[in-house]
Amino acid sequence: MDGDSLYDTLIVRRAREPRHAGELADATVKAAGNNPLCGDRIALGVRVDGDRIAAARHVTKGCAICAASADLMAGSIEGRTLSEALDMAGRFHHMLGNGSPVELDDLPESMAAFLPLKTHRSRLRCATLPWTALEEALGHD
Amino acid sequence: MIGDTTLETKNVADLSHLRAQFPILSETVHGKPLVFLDSAASAQKPDAVIDAMSTMMRTQYANIHRGLHWMSERATEAYEVARSRVATLLGANAREEIVFTRNSTEAINLVAYSFGSLLKPGQAVLISEMEHHSNIVPWQLLRDRVGVELRVAPVTDDGDLDIEAYGDQLSDGKVALVAITHMSNVLGTVTPARRLADMAHAAGAKILFDGSQAVVHRRVDVRALDADFYVFTGHKLYGPSGIGALWARRELLEEMPPFMGGGDMISTVTFEHSTWAPPPAKFEAGTPAIVEAVGLGAAIDWVEGVGFDAISAHEAALTAHALRVLPEVPGLKIVGRPADRGGVVSFTMEDVHPHDIATLLDRNGIAVRAGHHCAEPLMRRLGLNATARASFGVYTTEAEITVLAETLARIRSFFV
Repeated sequence: MDGDSLYDTLIVRRAREPRHAGELADATVKAAGNNPLCGDRIALGVRVDGDRIAAARHVTKGCAICAASADLMAGSIEGRTLSEALDMAGRFHHMLGNGSPVELDDLPESMAAFLPLKTHRSRLRCATLPWTALEEALGHD
Repeated sequence: MIGDTTLETKNVADLSHLRAQFPILSETVHGKPLVFLDSAASAQKPDAVIDAMSTMMRTQYANIHRGLHWMSERATEAYEVARSRVATLLGANAREEIVFTRNSTEAINLVAYSFGSLLKPGQAVLISEMEHHSNIVPWQLLRDRVGVELRVAPVTDDGDLDIEAYGDQLSDGKVALVAITHMSNVLGTVTPARRLADMAHAAGAKILFDGSQAVVHRRVDVRALDADFYVFTGHKLYGPSGIGALWARRELLEEMPPFMGGGDMISTVTFEHSTWAPPPAKFEAGTPAIVEAVGLGAAIDWVEGVGFDAISAHEAALTAHALRVLPEVPGLKIVGRPADRGGVVSFTMEDVHPHDIATLLDRNGIAVRAGHHCAEPLMRRLGLNATARASFGVYTTEAEITVLAETLARIRSFFV
C-alpha cells in the first residue's frame, strides 16, 4: 500500500488501540482542540501535581494521525515537568515546520513517525492539534 | 465540433477521444495515473476552455462596456455572447436575466442582500437541512440584518427532502422565499424542483435553486421548473473559477436594489445622488471577470456539444456502477439512499477515518474529497463528523470507479 510511510505501524496501532484514551476524572486542567476544516476534535485532561504532569488522558474523535498523535503525546508528557512538556510541544511543531531540521534526539523516538507529514502538508494540523490543545491547557500562548 | 465530443453512450468505457481533450488527465500523481473523482468540488477543463481564454488574452482583450476602440468592442461582444450562452443553457427568456457573479456563493449573497432588503420582520426564508454553507450563512446574515425568520425543512433518513414537513413550513404563508439545492453536494440527492416551486408559489413564496451541482449533470430549464432565481458556478461546469451566474425573472431584477456600487452599474452619478443602469448591469459593478466569462461561454458550448442526454446517461451508468461495486468493499457504507440522485456518492468505512481514506487514496493517484463538504448541519443530521466523497464527471470511467473500490479494500485491510 503506497502511503504507508506515513501510516507507520506505530501510528495505525496507536490509533486503533490507544493506551492513554479516556476521561481523566481528577484532571486539574482541561482543554479542547477542534479543527473546523476537517471536524477532528480532542478533549484533553491533565492532572498537574506541583510542577509535574502526573497523568494525561485524551478523548479524540478524528483520523488515525490525530488519534495516534494524541495518544503518543499523552504517554510522552506523563512524568515531565510543565516546562519540559511545553518545550516538547514547541519541538514537535518545529519538527513539522519549514525551518531548520530539528534534533530528533530531543524528542521521544515515537515522534519520528510523524516526519513523513512534511510531504502531506494538508494533514499537518491533524498531528499538531493535540499539542496545540496541550499548550492551551497549560496556559501557553 | 459536435462529432468530436459526442459521448458514446452505448459503450461508456470508451471515452478516450473525450478524455484526450482534458490535458490534465494525462498527468501522474505520486507516480500513478491521475484518477480524478472530485469533480463535484471543481471539474477539470477541456482544451476548448483553455484555448478560448488564452485566445481572448492573446488577441482580443480590453476592458468592456467602456472603450470606444476596436479591442474593447470585440471584448464586450465576447463577454455578452457568453451571457447569451448562459441564458440558452438555463432556458431563460432573455439574456438580460443573467447576472454574472464570481460563483454561486456570490450569486446567493446578491439575492440575500438585494431581494432580502425588500423583506420585512414577520416574513421568513425557508432553506433545507442539506444545504451547502453558501446557502445557509447568507440567510443567517439576512436574518440578523432585517429580522426575518430562518426556517429549515428537514431531510429524511434516506437523504430526501421531507416534502410533508416542507409543506408544513410553508403553510402559514409567512415564507417570502425558499432557497434550496437542486442537487445535494453530499448525498447526490436531486430535489423535486418543479413540485417544490409549485408548493412555494401556492404559499405566496418565491423560490431560489442552488444549481451548483445540478446544472452539471442534467438539462436545467428555469421556465419548466417555474423557478424565480437560479444560481450556478462556472468551475464545476468545466469552466474556469471566478465566474458564476444568477438567473432571475426580469421583474425581480428590476425591483431589486443594487448589490454593490461602482462603475458599470450606474446611469448617472452626482455627489448627491446616483441612478442605476437597468439589469443586468445594475448588479455588475466594476470590471468583471471578462476572460473567465468567455471561458464559461466556451465551457457551455463544449458541454452542449457533448449533449446533456449523453452526459446524464453516462453519469447514471457510473453512479449505478459505483453503487454496485462500492458496497462490496468490506466495512464500506454508502451515505444516503435518495430517490433521485446525480453522480455524487458519499461513504464511510468502518475503522478508517475519511481523512485517512483520502490521504491513502491520494498516494495511489486517486483524488476524492473528505470532510464535512461545507454542509455541517447535514453531517450533524446524519450523525457523522465526516464522509469521503467520490464524484463523477463527463470524463470519469467505470474502470476508475473499479480501481477506487479495489484500492479502498486494500486500505481497509491495512487498518484492521
